[in-house]
Amino acid sequence: MKNKIALVLVLALGFIFGSLWIGFVPFTTLNETAHYYAENTADEVGAQNIITAIIVTYRGLDTLGEVTVLFLTAAIVGLVLARSRAVEQDAYSKPEELPPAGELLEIGTKLLVPLILLFGAYVFVNGHLTPGGGFQGGAIVASAILLMLLTDPLRRFSRRLITVIESTMGLVYVVIGILGVALAGGFLDNRILPLGEFGSLFSAGAIPVIYALVGLKVGAEFCAMMVSLSETEDR
Amino acid sequence: MAQITMLTGFILIAIGLYGALSNSNILRMIVAFTVANTGVNVVLVSVGYMTGRKAPILDDAVAVADAVRQIIDPLPQALVLTAIVIGLGVTALMLAYAYRLYESKGTLDISAFRDLKW
Repeated sequence: MKNKIALVLVLALGFIFGSLWIGFVPFTTLNETAHYYAENTADEVGAQNIITAIIVTYRGLDTLGEVTVLFLTAAIVGLVLARSRAVEQDAYSKPEELPPAGELLEIGTKLLVPLILLFGAYVFVNGHLTPGGGFQGGAIVASAILLMLLTDPLRRFSRRLITVIESTMGLVYVVIGILGVALAGGFLDNRILPLGEFGSLFSAGAIPVIYALVGLKVGAEFCAMMVSLSETEDR
Repeated sequence: MAQITMLTGFILIAIGLYGALSNSNILRMIVAFTVANTGVNVVLVSVGYMTGRKAPILDDAVAVADAVRQIIDPLPQALVLTAIVIGLGVTALMLAYAYRLYESKGTLDISAFRDLKW
């Protein structure tokens, strides 16, 4: 009975989607906003990747909000799981033995973790030139931490270090945004640094700096979430 | 092409919502919500797609002067990037709450949680 109601609801929604889909005609030319971005990104922002230019500069405030939402998520995950962790502290003194992770996983982790960290840094530093950027790079950095947790689930990471990285990066991000008001056209304007040669690594003004900050901050936030979850489950 | 992608997205949304409404296990509901979330992202990206055009990156393949006629709409892609990150945050929150619910009742069956039922 309950499933039938759900089915009817989904079918009604499917009808709305169907009429939207039948009426959809793909654009053949860019609309006004996209036209502006396509025409002016190279001159105004100097970034090869137009999506990065939109995310970091044209809609930079949006991204600041997004990073804040991610921070809130990490904080709430920590808060929700905090009581479970407090119970765990008693058993903390005598850690139970886990079966070894296996040679393949251990050696593989030692080999791969530096490479994954390097690749993550590459992705967020090159965010203005190639597909990628701070959020993607941060996720890659966090995947290295996940690999370390898979090898040794009882491993403890310094929460203090994670918090310090996260808050410093967020603070510097906001300071760069305010510098944009003082030195260039407005909040989060990337022209506080010279635009440089179009297409080279040191170009697009403050975008590589901002994306490196975002990458480290996102990586730290993902790590905080994973550490909260892993420290809770091994009670 | 854009129509096929959009239809796929709509189907994913419908599957996800049906799964979330018909399953009683909280973990399955979370997985269903992720599927629906992916569907929304696919629909949004397909809106900006234009046949025969290139990705909005002004490298050797796209001349800066001719970019207006060569690239697809960059705005939906930028918005979807935001949506993916927020979706991940929402999933992490749902998992954390699912853990606490399991801790309080010892089960993940949604019908065991009757506190708000009238």
